[in-house]
Amino acid sequence: MALTDPLAIDIQNLGFHYPGNEGVTFSGLNLKIAKGARFGLFGPNGAGKTTLLSLMTGLLRANEGSIHLLGLDINKHDKAVNELFGFVPQDFSFYQELSPAENLEFFGAWSGLNKQQIKTKTDELLHILGLEAVRNKPVDKFSGGMKRRVNLAISVIHNPAVLILDEPTVGVDVQTRHAIINYLMELNKNGTTLIYTSHQLSEAEGLCEQVALIDDGKIIVEDSLTNLLKDHHQDSLEDLFLNLTGKAYRNDV
Amino acid sequence: MFKLWATIVKDMRVLIRDGIGLALMFLMPIVLVFVVTDIQNSTFKMINKNKLPILICNRDTAESGKQLIDAINKIGMFKVANLPKNQDERTIADSMKSTDDLLTVVIPANFTQKVKAKAKNTAGKALTSFGLQADSTQKNVGEVDPLTLYYNPVLQEQLRLSVKGGLQSALQLVESRETLRSLYFSINEKPLPAKLEDEMLSNKAKINEIPVSKNGSLSAPNAAQHNVPAWTIFAMFFVIMSLGGSVVREKISGSFIRLKTLPTNYVVGLLSKQITYVAVTVLQAVVIFGLGIWVFPLVGLPGLNLPSDIFGLFVVTLVCGWCAVSYAICVGVFAETHQQSNGFGAISIVILAAIGGLMVPTFTMDTSMKTIANVSPMHWCLQSYYGLFLEGGRLRDVLGNLVPIILISLVFQFITFLGLKRKNLI
Repeated sequence: MALTDPLAIDIQNLGFHYPGNEGVTFSGLNLKIAKGARFGLFGPNGAGKTTLLSLMTGLLRANEGSIHLLGLDINKHDKAVNELFGFVPQDFSFYQELSPAENLEFFGAWSGLNKQQIKTKTDELLHILGLEAVRNKPVDKFSGGMKRRVNLAISVIHNPAVLILDEPTVGVDVQTRHAIINYLMELNKNGTTLIYTSHQLSEAEGLCEQVALIDDGKIIVEDSLTNLLKDHHQDSLEDLFLNLTGKAYRNDV
Repeated sequence: MFKLWATIVKDMRVLIRDGIGLALMFLMPIVLVFVVTDIQNSTFKMINKNKLPILICNRDTAESGKQLIDAINKIGMFKVANLPKNQDERTIADSMKSTDDLLTVVIPANFTQKVKAKAKNTAGKALTSFGLQADSTQKNVGEVDPLTLYYNPVLQEQLRLSVKGGLQSALQLVESRETLRSLYFSINEKPLPAKLEDEMLSNKAKINEIPVSKNGSLSAPNAAQHNVPAWTIFAMFFVIMSLGGSVVREKISGSFIRLKTLPTNYVVGLLSKQITYVAVTVLQAVVIFGLGIWVFPLVGLPGLNLPSDIFGLFVVTLVCGWCAVSYAICVGVFAETHQQSNGFGAISIVILAAIGGLMVPTFTMDTSMKTIANVSPMHWCLQSYYGLFLEGGRLRDVLGNLVPIILISLVFQFITFLGLKRKNLI
């Protein structure tokens, strides 16, 4: 059922609030992301992007409504759902004392791969992401860009059908950003749905074909990027963003 | 199974790259066990072989003062040195402050006179009670003026009490001799023959010291038998410095978040940490016991004798290690930072060690503290090890001590589970 469902993500009537009602709140939020899409979720600081991604990945539990990933309710089939998606957290989520190969070996096992599959995927990913030369060096000596690539490699080792990325290129140089975006496009060509959030709107413009803008826990607009720019008479995603969310500072405490 | 194996390999790799954690888990306890055993052994030697130095200021010029010094010498516990009799209290105190002398005894000037008067008085009372006529000139002479014992406050109370006990027995000997002489003279009107006096005062029955061991061994436990097991337990619980930090690091580095999005239950991670670190605690025990057996004798310390039940020793070590690891994981799950984990971990271990009897034996504690000691897992660990090392018991003899350790460990595991559940980590 999961792989035949036309929707990668189907969020219906989502309600969520943090304990004590601190931070962002969702109420009656609906969102559908087609399978195979390159979907961008954008918004100012504190708008609810990371919270929404955390709800999609099961890290947070919704108070109301439902979230289906490839047709599976994430609250009812959490382990089965976990095999279908990969998550690239904003923070470096791996063991810095270990090398890229050692990290991939461990996270590959936890992703359900066997020893041979891990070896094959490790060789492939380290080659594609330019980490072959440092495969056995501890990650804590790496630059920020190299760590971002390790973070991404771990998330895709099990060939996820849906890849959820929370600011995957923050703090990296142009070359690394270019390499990561190219690799994501390649994954999408092979059928991986990309759900992406970032503050790098020029980068996002090149990557995403579907866009949603979120502010204060509400989806303001959602459509293809081409339609949104045309409908709002804007030349770029950044102009559209400022036009819809305003220019005032946002303090996310 | 592959997931568990991969996790154990990961935990091992993380552990061996944590140099500070390894040093804290292995070097620190090794240093501790050496230092504490050496100190305790030195104290033992000072009392039993080297003798405790004591200064005596004898202001009494007659025979009882000399007899008292002789009796103090014969106790065998002291190395006696004499001070000039005209030294006043202030000079004695100043002299002790400026030197390493820990003890000074001052015998009062009228000591012989008072002892003799009291002896005559006692003898008279005895004669009267026998129905014989006593010296009609006897009168109540009061008590003998007390000896004064000056001591350095650094002297431990236990040692001071045993010194006091030794002096008391010497004093008793002098007074008894004088009473005996007086009584004999009153009856026979001639001095007590020296031979008879010696016979009457020196016929002390000997004391045979026999350790009550479960295996019938008569060898007395040495400082190593006491200290090595105790500080091995301390070392095991010190895994909290590495393991508690490792759990915190996983949480704050975001690894927990990634692990939670993977199709594997975090219980696998907890199981791996327990297997890895229980292996570490067993290795700690092997290293420290090895030092006790082979290295201690090379540096002049008494060697450690392993119990006859090696399998029992392994089981006890395994259970103690599991308890230490359960505690460390529990603290790591609730701590928000390294500082919290390490600070609380270190302090709580010292407290658990203190109330558990690692520093002061529980049999010396009052009833309320003895009750509190029961909640310290280290108390039960220590009792289990002592059952094997000191009492010569076997595994079946210490099973009663292992049950509380297992129960306490299960409580730690349950609290850990609740903590992970509350933080949405499992």
